[in-house]
Amino acid sequence: MLISATVLLRRVAAALLLGGVVAFANLTPAVAQQPANDAALMEALKGTLSGRVSIPDEKSALLQQPQGREWREMREGPVKSLGGWLLVAVVVGLCAFFAWRGRVRVEGGFAGRTMERFTPVERFTHWLTAVSFIVLGLSGLNMSFGRRLILPLIGPDAFASLTELGKWSHDYLSFAFVLGVFLMAVMWLRYNFFNALDAEWFKEGGGILKKGVHPPSSKFNAGQKILFWAVMLGALVQAVSGYMLMFPFYFADMAGMQLSLLVHAVSGILFVALILAHIYIGTLGMEGAFDAMGTGQVDVNWAREHHSLWAKEELGARAPGDD
Amino acid sequence: MKAFLTATVAAIVIAIVAGFILKAENESATAAFTTTSARVSTN
Repeated sequence: MLISATVLLRRVAAALLLGGVVAFANLTPAVAQQPANDAALMEALKGTLSGRVSIPDEKSALLQQPQGREWREMREGPVKSLGGWLLVAVVVGLCAFFAWRGRVRVEGGFAGRTMERFTPVERFTHWLTAVSFIVLGLSGLNMSFGRRLILPLIGPDAFASLTELGKWSHDYLSFAFVLGVFLMAVMWLRYNFFNALDAEWFKEGGGILKKGVHPPSSKFNAGQKILFWAVMLGALVQAVSGYMLMFPFYFADMAGMQLSLLVHAVSGILFVALILAHIYIGTLGMEGAFDAMGTGQVDVNWAREHHSLWAKEELGARAPGDD
Repeated sequence: MKAFLTATVAAIVIAIVAGFILKAENESATAAFTTTSARVSTN
């Protein structure tokens, strides 16, 4: 009986149009009548419009609801505009920081001797999470901003193919991402509890604001601990809201689905902004940092400057002449 | 590099397996949105 709801809508529209025609036919030009009628129609449809259906999908009896319009306005308005500008601000901010600070160098110079920073299993876990996150992030951004930014560049056919591929990748790679985050939690949780040293690290600006400043740090410094907990929280929010969207109406009603999409979009944009900063400091921003996840081996002087307590512990545990 | 390549392959394999499982478990639109008496297709 979905037809009855459609017929009802048509009758409302027809009545409003007829009323508009009768009232204004002799007063206004025909062209000027349409906006007034549209406004009247929208006013009439402000409430919930629902009917009755006999098909298994009972939700289809709900033709339109005010919350749906508010949700769409929120998603198409503040979420996209503020989210987009936030990402632009992060990129510009990182460029400005790089221009001001330059690359954080190993001030003692490379020692030429290395030590293992991350094991192969740790690096596998990192890259499993990173590779899947990059695809998730890019495909998610395409869903939010692609129609405005990419469609005009590559045309509708290529954009449709790209977006379809991105949609499937977004769905299925999420499982690799969740597995990666879970393994990270298992491996690194014990290193990421905050302690008194972290306050000193913050006081010294993490040692990256000024040259010659190297606050003591264990395996993970306070900044990395914040990143760890942000990734854990972000991944949890993304996974819960994402799987609610992937399995529509299994766990949530219409309002829950709308909320899930907003939460997924907002937290996703914040997550991407956070990871942009992580990628910066792990590659361009700090000399020698990429090796930790690249080869797993870092220069001894790099370790002494950025993770002095961990380096001392590791080097102290080695047999003489090992490094 | 080896860890990166292994992780990339693992991510793709996990995605493909997940895709197959979800596709097998997914209820078709024909079943979800119609009653048996209204189905023309048996798919």
